[in-house]
Amino acid sequence: MTRIHVGLAQIAPRLGAVGENLGEHRRLIDEARAKGIDLLVFPELGLTGYLLQDLNSEVAMRRDDQRLVELARVAGEMSVVVGFVEESDEHQLFIAAALLEGGSISHVYRKAYLPNYGLFDERRFFGAGSVLRAVDSRLGARVGLCICEDFWHLPVPYLLALDGAQLLINISSSPGRDIARAVEDQLGTAQSWRTLMRAYAQLTTSFVIFVNRVGVEEAVTFWGGSQVISPAGDVLCAAPLLESGLFEVEIDLDDVRRERVALPLLRDERPDFVLRQLERLVREQAGNETADEQ
Amino acid sequence: MTSAPGQLPYTLPPELLIDTDVARRLIGEFIRGHLRQTGFERVVLGLSGGVDSALVAYLVAEAIGAGKLLCVLLPYRTSAAESAADAQEVVQLVGCPSRTIEITAIVDGYFETALGGESAAGQPDRGRVGNFAARARMAVLYDQSVTWRGLVAGTGNKTEALLGYTTIYGDNASAFNPIGDLYKSQVRQLAADMGVPAAILRKAPSADLWPGQTDEGELGLSYAEMDRLLYWMVDRRRTDGQLVEMGFAQALISRVQHLAAASEYKRQTPPVAKLTTRTPGVDYLYPRRRPV
Repeated sequence: MTRIHVGLAQIAPRLGAVGENLGEHRRLIDEARAKGIDLLVFPELGLTGYLLQDLNSEVAMRRDDQRLVELARVAGEMSVVVGFVEESDEHQLFIAAALLEGGSISHVYRKAYLPNYGLFDERRFFGAGSVLRAVDSRLGARVGLCICEDFWHLPVPYLLALDGAQLLINISSSPGRDIARAVEDQLGTAQSWRTLMRAYAQLTTSFVIFVNRVGVEEAVTFWGGSQVISPAGDVLCAAPLLESGLFEVEIDLDDVRRERVALPLLRDERPDFVLRQLERLVREQAGNETADEQ
Repeated sequence: MTSAPGQLPYTLPPELLIDTDVARRLIGEFIRGHLRQTGFERVVLGLSGGVDSALVAYLVAEAIGAGKLLCVLLPYRTSAAESAADAQEVVQLVGCPSRTIEITAIVDGYFETALGGESAAGQPDRGRVGNFAARARMAVLYDQSVTWRGLVAGTGNKTEALLGYTTIYGDNASAFNPIGDLYKSQVRQLAADMGVPAAILRKAPSADLWPGQTDEGELGLSYAEMDRLLYWMVDRRRTDGQLVEMGFAQALISRVQHLAAASEYKRQTPPVAKLTTRTPGVDYLYPRRRPV
């Protein structure tokens, strides 16, 4: 299969209402199936809502939770990405994304970069994941999952692409802000995201699939604006700001091949070189030695 | 209908200009989203005849329909007659239900009772009366919200909140506030964009707590100046030295910083003495609404 019919589930989850959100996920999975969608992506914490605070432990699920298992069964042959709060064996809580495929949970990713500045307070309530890897999928493409703030850190798209990802999937709960008239693209947040996503698609010669939620929690309004961007940096699908809905686009995996043949950036990456520099930086910044002392 | 900022009888600092279409959409989502979360369908607000409450009336009507908005006019005996007339015009233009409840008997009744014989010695100072009037309005609005079955919308702006130019538990009390992150200049820009009558946009902003009172007179600063300074100080994190280099007078910087620092308590919920292992507001933290 070189063509993938992608569905972006730009929804407004209800805060703390897991049962209700599960129902909305099932409804959209059914709708997506009727439309022939192969890959359906839901936003960050779509099963729980975002500003959970002390609700975090109350909505948490183990990765073998029957509700997730059942959702995977409902998804069936479709590949579905969902966002939830994962409770580990050690009872640590993580913001997580699960890839549901072939009727089961095939991969769980834990958000690695938790924002704790400005309006964000994630590190108070969650632990940070420590594994980032791309995984094979039944779509015939290798997939790299990441979550919201992860995309504001260069290593994430870089490592996922080096690990062979052809689809970089970012699921988000991004609050809208900055309404200055000087902003060219409606919202400052939207403009920043669009700039960096386009750069990632081009630099990694991969598809970028971004699904951001809508709706309101407390003071913040999530802006939506989900997108699919081609390996050449073209915006193939741009969901509207602030409106909920299921948005669709068909992508062609041959675009990855064509772009990478024409522009072999990944071939020319030098992870060994990067690793040596990183080792040096880590050593120096640990205070053991400095460049001057060497 | 959109008025070009150039036609307005006051200055809109260019760095404060907002994309009014995006602002309207975001605020509309906020209003609808907040009502959905709280399980309410209607809104009540106090309409003064000034630009802030007029704008909130327009925004609420646009978001949920005028029929679901109750505007309450709350005049005191010293309130300007033109305030009531301007408020009535907003009611007409928005097309929402309204009612007028005079607070004179409440306010004067209180001071008569509280001061008793002392009142012969002189009137209570106008600041006290003004603050009490603001709290009487709040009390009336919260009572009206019961029979109207709606949430009380706040109508305070960011400038007055940052300067502490509010009455705590009076005009700064509300269930939610759609315009509290907009400076006065931005309120004016958005109000002009939404078609708030020119007379309301043109008149000098006033808390209308006593005859002839104006915000700018009382604060001794113009909104254009205050907004620009607050924007660079708060939003853009410029230091004193950098602000002086930009042309702001040190005296103005110091005065605005003093007003902001001295009113920090007005922008927060009161502290609860920490005694047990889990304390509301300290380490018992939940969103305002959650499944029950």
